[in-house]
Amino acid sequence: MSAWGGNAEVAPAASDVTGDAAVIQQTTERLVNIAVPAGQRLGATGATRVAAKRVNVYYGRFRAIRDIDLDMPDRSITAIIGPSGSGKSTFLRCINRMNDLIANARVEGQILVDGADVNQSSDVVAIRARVGMVFQRPNPFPKSIFDNVAYGARLHGVPGRRINELVEKSLRQAALWDEVKDKLKQSAYSLSGGQQQRLCIARCIAVEPEVILMDEPCSALDPIATLRIEELMIALKERYTIIIVTHNMQQAARVSDVTAVFMFGDDRAGELVEVGQTNQVFTRPGDHRTEAYITGRLG
Amino acid sequence: MSTLGVAAPPRPAGVRLLRRRLLDRVMSALLLIVTVLLLLLLAVIVGYIVVRGASAINFDFFVQLPKPVGAVGGGVANALLGTVELILLASCLGVPIGILGGVYLAEFGDNPVADLVSFMADVLAGIPSIVIGIFAYAVVVIPMHRFSALAGGFALGILMVPIIMRTSVGILRLVPATLREASLALGASERATILRVVLPAATGGIVTGVMLAIARVAGETAPLLFTAFGNEYWQFSVDKATAALPLQIFQYAISPYADWQAKAWAGSLVLIVLVVLTSLMARLATRNASVGLGRQR
Repeated sequence: MSAWGGNAEVAPAASDVTGDAAVIQQTTERLVNIAVPAGQRLGATGATRVAAKRVNVYYGRFRAIRDIDLDMPDRSITAIIGPSGSGKSTFLRCINRMNDLIANARVEGQILVDGADVNQSSDVVAIRARVGMVFQRPNPFPKSIFDNVAYGARLHGVPGRRINELVEKSLRQAALWDEVKDKLKQSAYSLSGGQQQRLCIARCIAVEPEVILMDEPCSALDPIATLRIEELMIALKERYTIIIVTHNMQQAARVSDVTAVFMFGDDRAGELVEVGQTNQVFTRPGDHRTEAYITGRLG
Repeated sequence: MSTLGVAAPPRPAGVRLLRRRLLDRVMSALLLIVTVLLLLLLAVIVGYIVVRGASAINFDFFVQLPKPVGAVGGGVANALLGTVELILLASCLGVPIGILGGVYLAEFGDNPVADLVSFMADVLAGIPSIVIGIFAYAVVVIPMHRFSALAGGFALGILMVPIIMRTSVGILRLVPATLREASLALGASERATILRVVLPAATGGIVTGVMLAIARVAGETAPLLFTAFGNEYWQFSVDKATAALPLQIFQYAISPYADWQAKAWAGSLVLIVLVVLTSLMARLATRNASVGLGRQR
């Protein structure tokens, strides 16, 4: 992974649906329909589930993010937006300690999940079981669809007789069950890009996490597959706390309840410049840099 | 390309296009010729061995013991068994060390110790096989006071280690980092990630590496000369001198008797067929084992 977090220059993967005028028409309508009520839906966010307190991350001597203080509410979607290199992915990867995998990375400050600091925990496996992650590009294992979903559950000792039920439940929650129920034994690579990404979401849900991190989950997908993931995210926030990094501001506006804006300062360290209810951030930004970024004059 | 260099004066577009097409043709033709030559070389070797060896092959060749000079018939059954036995013994040593070494280098290879291991593996791969044979003679044959299949297997096993290690490292490094991340992010430990995701994804390539190593050592003669030694009779104990196909071929080939020389050709043919069959079986067995590295989107 690059120190600069998500670089989204990725060619779109195969489409879920072949280009069909009716489908596109329908899709456009659905997109509009999601976008409109999004504004009204906001404001009803829960108590803080994940909290960052003065978080700094260094790669060697380079400071990647500076003094991030951010509260992420329960059962809602927090979007982190900002230009490339502003430390969005770096911050996201602090929450499930994926930065541990980078040899010279150092994290300072507190990341509280349900009040407990993940950096103080010696049990990184337990943290990652509670805080799931979906990556930029779909990354199913070279195994069957069933085994992909069952993987995490088996690791965490779910008894064999419960696995079938759990796989079905997870695939249903990820809105993939109807498409794959007759081919669970087939390779996950036989699925389209969008289906693979939903499979990755199902695989993540099967571990029964509380928080789901999504690192630009749609950047490798076409608009129709993207729409399905967005619908899925909105359905999932009934049960989970979702934190999504995205380059797509329309996406942040469509799905999120809270938006945090990252920018990098003169020393290239990422900072939080603004956080608030999504409709407020997009309609009445409090920071001139946010306004410049949203309107396309920056980043 | 100098012809397309920035300093070259501008040419009419047609001429440039013509040059490019011509160059394309020439290069394609060149590659075709080289490919054909290579295949031809292989075909000549295999063809010659088939022609010379096929006439001496019959049922007895596979089921009978060697006969003394002058006696008609006889076979290399004991040598066939010996070679299979030696390969199994060698694999017991070479496969686990090779694969584990490969996993170490690929997964934890970012330190000075690993650099040293990697360098040593390269050195080991370059040591002449007869030297490995002498080593096996010194550490196995002398303490045991006799030649044995164990000593031969030991020598061949050492030869297998660097081959399997190298191919395993190569294939394991091809497993995308995103798969490891996916597994770790699901709360898998490093051990579980390697055992359940990385190794299964690399199975096909690792098996190919093992087959390559087996094919390589199956024909080794020099390290067996003073370890397995050879035997004219059946020998079912691993701690006794044992016949091996390459040794039998060697003995027959340097003999002055036309009958034995024909048997050497036949033995060579059998050896080649064995190696090809092993590779084919491995391919078939692992065709679906790793659902496609490189097929990931």
